[in-house]
Amino acid sequence: MVRTSLLFLLAALLCLPWADLQISTLDPWLELSRLGWGLLTPLPPSTPTLLDALANTLAFALQGVALGAVAGFWLALFYRWQWVRTLAAFIRSIHELFWALLFVQLVGLSSVAGVLAIAIPYAGTFAKIYGELFEEVDPAALEALPAGTSRLSAFFFTVLPPAWPHLLTYTRYRLECGIRSSAVLGFIGLPTVGFHLETALKQGMYSEAAALFYALVLVIVTLHLWMRRQLLPLYLLLALWWLPPAAQVNPTLVWQFFTVDIVPAPLRAGWDGAALWLWLQALWLKQIGPGLANTVVLGLIALVATSGVTLLTFPLVSRLFGNIFTRSTGHVFLVLMRSAPEYLLAFVGLLLWGPSMLPAIVALGLHNGAIIAHLVGHYSNELNLREDAVTGFNRYFYEVLPRVYRTFLAFTLYRFEILLRESAILGILGIPTLGFFIDSAFSEFRFDRALLLLLVTALLNMAVDMIARHLRRRLQLSTHPEDL
Amino acid sequence: MKSARKRVTACGRILLSFLLVTCSTFLSAQTFTFTAIPDQDETRLTERFGRVATYLSQQLGTEVRYIPVKSYPAAVAAFRNDQVQLAWFGGLTGVQARNLVPGSEAIAQGAEDTAFKTYFIAHSSTGLKAGDAFPAAIAGKSFTFGSKGSTSGRLMPEFFVREHFKKAPEQIFSRVGFSGDHSRTIALVQSGAYDVGVLNYTVWDEELKLGKIDTSKVSVIWTTPTYPDYQWSIRGDVDSKWGAGFKQKVQKALLEMKDPKLLEAFPRSAFVPAQNSDYAPIEDTAVSLGIMDEIM
Repeated sequence: MVRTSLLFLLAALLCLPWADLQISTLDPWLELSRLGWGLLTPLPPSTPTLLDALANTLAFALQGVALGAVAGFWLALFYRWQWVRTLAAFIRSIHELFWALLFVQLVGLSSVAGVLAIAIPYAGTFAKIYGELFEEVDPAALEALPAGTSRLSAFFFTVLPPAWPHLLTYTRYRLECGIRSSAVLGFIGLPTVGFHLETALKQGMYSEAAALFYALVLVIVTLHLWMRRQLLPLYLLLALWWLPPAAQVNPTLVWQFFTVDIVPAPLRAGWDGAALWLWLQALWLKQIGPGLANTVVLGLIALVATSGVTLLTFPLVSRLFGNIFTRSTGHVFLVLMRSAPEYLLAFVGLLLWGPSMLPAIVALGLHNGAIIAHLVGHYSNELNLREDAVTGFNRYFYEVLPRVYRTFLAFTLYRFEILLRESAILGILGIPTLGFFIDSAFSEFRFDRALLLLLVTALLNMAVDMIARHLRRRLQLSTHPEDL
Repeated sequence: MKSARKRVTACGRILLSFLLVTCSTFLSAQTFTFTAIPDQDETRLTERFGRVATYLSQQLGTEVRYIPVKSYPAAVAAFRNDQVQLAWFGGLTGVQARNLVPGSEAIAQGAEDTAFKTYFIAHSSTGLKAGDAFPAAIAGKSFTFGSKGSTSGRLMPEFFVREHFKKAPEQIFSRVGFSGDHSRTIALVQSGAYDVGVLNYTVWDEELKLGKIDTSKVSVIWTTPTYPDYQWSIRGDVDSKWGAGFKQKVQKALLEMKDPKLLEAFPRSAFVPAQNSDYAPIEDTAVSLGIMDEIM
């Protein structure tokens, strides 16, 4: 385990010379103090705007996650088939923002675009987690069934019931993610909280931005209070009533999209191998190569930053350290960082420090570190130390860290895939990762390039997912996926 | 076990209702809708274009709505998907949009747009001074464009920069960024985040008039030669939806817009007729810079 950790640390250090970490604003402290003042003096925009944005955020999240859960459930039933697993891995490896950029082209800026953008990648994740939950069910009951029991009955009576509670817990956790995703979709134009947040932040109206952010955090942290299973159908109906599925589908355009727009430009007039080769070569040199390199560099450094944040902050919420005051402060900090989408944190960082990888690393590290620190902190609360155990630094390094390290590493490797997905997407904000070039391709209406770059992004994420899974298996790290 | 079955049927019911609703994608009776590329301070755009919508409703005798969008490509996508039938585009976005929507036409441009200009601006710490010749001393500085799809904030300045240095911007400047819009370009150069920036001259002149620019920190160092820019583009199929002659009616309403309060939304002194061929130079430049492919 130590070797793996050091290997990652070394890899990140080797990446450092290629990472652009410059602060290019002349006076970042002035802007930071204005932001701090804004956070202390939240001032909501008009109440109807705020409520409307929150309702939209929830409606997109509920519909998207519900649709994703149902589709994921069906996929999970066939999870033993390799092609279903590959399909699920593929659709979840493309970030919801990229799906949204794609659907906006196909069905316009509409409710369907937003809902599908969330539903599709979430279906891939649900398929994986549900599928793994079904596989983990104790087979004793299944084996005890009389011969001739139909597969369907066997599934519904022996597999589903024991997996059901985990399935529900996980689904609720994903709803929390869905609310964050929905908020972030506002940054590209859907009418959620992010829409107003982007405007407020860009215009430097930090008090207004703070109010919107707090409202979002409030909705997320109170989720367990208002999200009751019995009320779910009601919420879904309300979501459908508030945001009825509508789309601007133009069959000619959709047909053209699939038959012309996404066909590589040199092939549109007929097969031309040489031209295609030149096209691929130019794209590789100018966009795919640099984009891939920057995405991996950012992802690796962010992984180490995430680990650093985790190891530094989990004691803040652990009963083994500090007092009630430090723990409450720690909880508030971690909740704020957990609820803030990486994309939002990076957006703020870029405003403060200018466009380099630094804000992206800080954003990814803070958000993901806070999530893992929360889990590791929880885990450490279950440790039983001797009455006369040492305290302070010695307790941290000799008593607690060795005991939680396995759990910490498992969770961190679990987030690796997510970190890379996010590294790609932060390109939209101007850091030259794959997302930067995908955004350029969309703004030049070159869907052939956009699609190729999206495929590269997907393959990279699938590869990282495989590496992380392999490492977890080799180090015999078991994590319950539903915990994350 | 019984409750598990109940839950499963509940799942099925939800799935069914989703299928039903998703299939019945309804399209409401269409309202004539327009948008504008979000090239400056958004809060102001919404307020000002709301007034333009009211004016057009009165002139056209039909309901007219303005919808705000977040980015240049989103404006073009909305035009392409018929979510908006009329749009205030920049030179480049207009060419892109009209290529994507056969039959669409440029019908009016601002009086200023026949000879539009880009300002190169610089932070005072660079020591760069205003002059008539291309400011070759910007090489090695950090540099920001506006939106990737902007004509005055990207296409034309990139053209002039490449023409002078015979190199790509990334090879000339220490850092190349895309601020997103013209107001933001001013803010970034004024704060020193970038040494040099390029933007739409009308946005600069207007913000200067409003006292929003600290001229001790940022100033104009060069003005480009002129080129055609912003225009109103309309979809070709509007006559079939709102009646014959509707396109002419829209064009007339735009050309007759005289109220300074309405015109300041753009900001333009008046609108004059325009046609697609006015923008051929923009298309040629976009193709030569590799931002667009040649249309076959």
